[in-house]
Amino acid sequence: MRRFSDLIDRLVYTRSRNAKVKLIADYLRATPDPDRGWALASLTGQLDLAAVKPALVKALIEERVDPELFRMSRNYVGDLAETCSLLWPEPPGRPTPVVVPPLGEVVETLKALPRGQGAATMTTLMDRLDVPGRYALIKLATGALRIGISARLAKTAFAQAFDVDVEEVEEIWHGLVPPYLPLFQWGEGHIERPRYDDIPVFRPFMLAHPLEDGAVDLTDYAAEWKWDGIRVQIARAGGETRLFSRTGDDITNSFPEVAEAMPIDAVLDGELLVRGTAQGNSAASFNALQQRLGRKAVSGAMLRDFPAFVRLYDVLYDGAQDLRGQPWTERRERLEAMMARLPGERFDLSGLIVAGDFAQLAALREGARDASIEGLMLKRRDSLYSAGRKVGLWYKWKRDPLVVDCVMMYAQRGSGKRSSFYSDYTFGCWSEDGTLLPVGKAYSGFTDAELKMLDGFVRNNTVAKFGPVREVTKSLVLEVAFDSVHRSKRHKSGVAMRFPRISRIRTDKPAEEADTLETLAKLITDPV
Amino acid sequence: MIGRGSHMPNMVTPGSWIKPFPQGIYVEPGDFWIDPSAPVDRALVTHGHADHARSGHKAVMATSGTLAIMAVRYGEAGVTQVADYGTQQRVGDVDVRFVPAGHVLGSAQIVLEHQGERVVVSGDYKRRPDPTCAPFEPVPCDIFVTEATFGLPVFRHPDTVDEIAKALATLADNPDRCVLIGAYALGKAQRVIMELRAAGHDAPIYLHGAMQKLCDLYREFGCDLGDLRPVTAQNKADLRGAIILCPPSALNDRWARALPDPVTAMASGWMRIRQRARQRNVELPLILSDHADWDELTQTIRQVDPGEVWITHGREDALLRWCALHQRRARALDLVGREDEDD
Repeated sequence: MRRFSDLIDRLVYTRSRNAKVKLIADYLRATPDPDRGWALASLTGQLDLAAVKPALVKALIEERVDPELFRMSRNYVGDLAETCSLLWPEPPGRPTPVVVPPLGEVVETLKALPRGQGAATMTTLMDRLDVPGRYALIKLATGALRIGISARLAKTAFAQAFDVDVEEVEEIWHGLVPPYLPLFQWGEGHIERPRYDDIPVFRPFMLAHPLEDGAVDLTDYAAEWKWDGIRVQIARAGGETRLFSRTGDDITNSFPEVAEAMPIDAVLDGELLVRGTAQGNSAASFNALQQRLGRKAVSGAMLRDFPAFVRLYDVLYDGAQDLRGQPWTERRERLEAMMARLPGERFDLSGLIVAGDFAQLAALREGARDASIEGLMLKRRDSLYSAGRKVGLWYKWKRDPLVVDCVMMYAQRGSGKRSSFYSDYTFGCWSEDGTLLPVGKAYSGFTDAELKMLDGFVRNNTVAKFGPVREVTKSLVLEVAFDSVHRSKRHKSGVAMRFPRISRIRTDKPAEEADTLETLAKLITDPV
Repeated sequence: MIGRGSHMPNMVTPGSWIKPFPQGIYVEPGDFWIDPSAPVDRALVTHGHADHARSGHKAVMATSGTLAIMAVRYGEAGVTQVADYGTQQRVGDVDVRFVPAGHVLGSAQIVLEHQGERVVVSGDYKRRPDPTCAPFEPVPCDIFVTEATFGLPVFRHPDTVDEIAKALATLADNPDRCVLIGAYALGKAQRVIMELRAAGHDAPIYLHGAMQKLCDLYREFGCDLGDLRPVTAQNKADLRGAIILCPPSALNDRWARALPDPVTAMASGWMRIRQRARQRNVELPLILSDHADWDELTQTIRQVDPGEVWITHGREDALLRWCALHQRRARALDLVGREDEDD
């Protein structure tokens, strides 16, 4: 337990991603089974201990500290685990050195208890642990670490610890259960990589590089639309279906209608979209899909108003047959043949674009006005389905971004390496009554030299400070590029940009000549 | 001994001769202010931190340490009068005595007696040992005016020795980096240096320019701070393996950019709260405060055992609640200009 709480403590105070990966990797190498496996389960959000819920922790602390003082402390600290770890009274006459059970023992004890029955065990442990130990215990037991570690980062750390490919870890991850003994045995080279053919597991996605400049030969590359939804993998094996996001997160529960409609064992790659009535029941914009994202429970109204479907790009498995070693043309044929077996309400095929030459393709891309199209994909016809981004196989060729000229309004300091720079900028457009209204926020798109210039501008033109935020004189014009713009009720300006970034600093342009909200609103393609 | 429950025939309300105003405490029968936030004719100042010691008063009474700090910060003041620890002086109709508060060099509690009633204005204080100043002396009284900077039960400062050991262990583990400690320039910085020296660290310690004058002053008052050197544009990049002290505001600012991959540390009682440390990008939190923690605040109230507790600034709600739970009369004074300094 001590080693784990030490790890959590250090992770909390570490900013850099590489340093976090190294801390976790060192821990996984140095810690014995099953402790490291339980730790990995906690870091990846796979640990569920029904015996301890936040309400139980709160009840325990209120037996020991005046509830009113607890409430004030909790409001001040802002985190239940941290508040309780700090408030827990040190028991008198605690033996030194204190014997703290190893993590595996703690988890196994708590796992064996019925729902909500963890009070006595928690009390014994809390009495023995120090502040970081109590903090780690509560975080572990209530299942929500919230310390800025994603599952992907923890898996990357495993891969680094044992010098394996993170995509190979992904490949078997969903077949494993904590404390992952076969995973560590494989990592240490004692066994072959485990296989999981009869359960639906996530297979790493094949990704694309942006097409920077130049053209490709269409005899070597096939073109298809790049749809503006979320990339998903739908996997069915042994009769069970799961839906995975690009990062390998299981999102089955958010889109139950899609999972239920999958009739055959297979692994498919596609774009998750929702149907919009304004689009004649075809794909609606990303804005509509957003209504469905991040919801744990899906209401009947959601299912009715924003029905989801998958537009298929590729096939990885047909039944138990792994097709990833086949060229794209072969897989495409298999996918087309499979369509007859899939219900059209939930699955359709992303069509190929027929163009005589590259110039004609470029013209088609320019002419595409459909809100659900993000651009074009170019796929080498002989490309095997390989994990990650491999140069020269797949390209994404997004539509040219939209641009508007905005005025910088506020700036905020960045984090990590940028912590001494004002690197996050809020910018606005002119409204009808001549005031500036914020329309977005960007923290990328500029070079290091431009960042220095922007930072200097902020420091020399500050008119007010609000904590870490500075308000600046409304004098600097920023050309902002973005992929699309949508109506938004959350913003006073009524618009929200997708992927805004700074494309140019327009020191040559007076602020009065920046664009108006009206101009920006004209770029909205959503139906009213 | 004037203690709790003493009979005060002339007093309708205890302490009615002490008038708390937003800008400070006014003592009517002596016609003076304690720690006023705006210029006044006569001020008694508990200690040199800027939210207690302001410039521009016509006459100031304080300890020699506090007067020296004020002179460094504000230049020549008006009429000054030295108050030696423990020596009673009469100001108007009030007997006044300065007693060590253990907060920073020169810090004092001001003990006021008038018509048989004793009031202690403690200023800021702490109870644990500090090699740079005289230790807090508890004075039993009728009214105890206390701060509550760390007046929440989550604030329990750990042992100073362990925190200093953490800093030195980090330095040893990272020979290619420097350890940059943000510390309040008055008091905290010198205490950190003294504690590092006491732990056996005798290598040169490098200072941000804002620290120099006050370190020189502490030396004049007998603190042996060892080998201190300024951080300069020339040596900045060569400070691998060194400890550097700067004001907290410089930690994430341009000044720190050229330093060799600093481990960002901060010496402050606020570092007890993880989110506070993360907000300031602190990698190495050193929980080291010049204020009393929760246990010290409540222990001190028990010890001086006043008839009433007046709470000046900080988390007064929680300390009021504690007083209510322990059947102690208490009230919060609404003073302005007292900040949560970076302590």
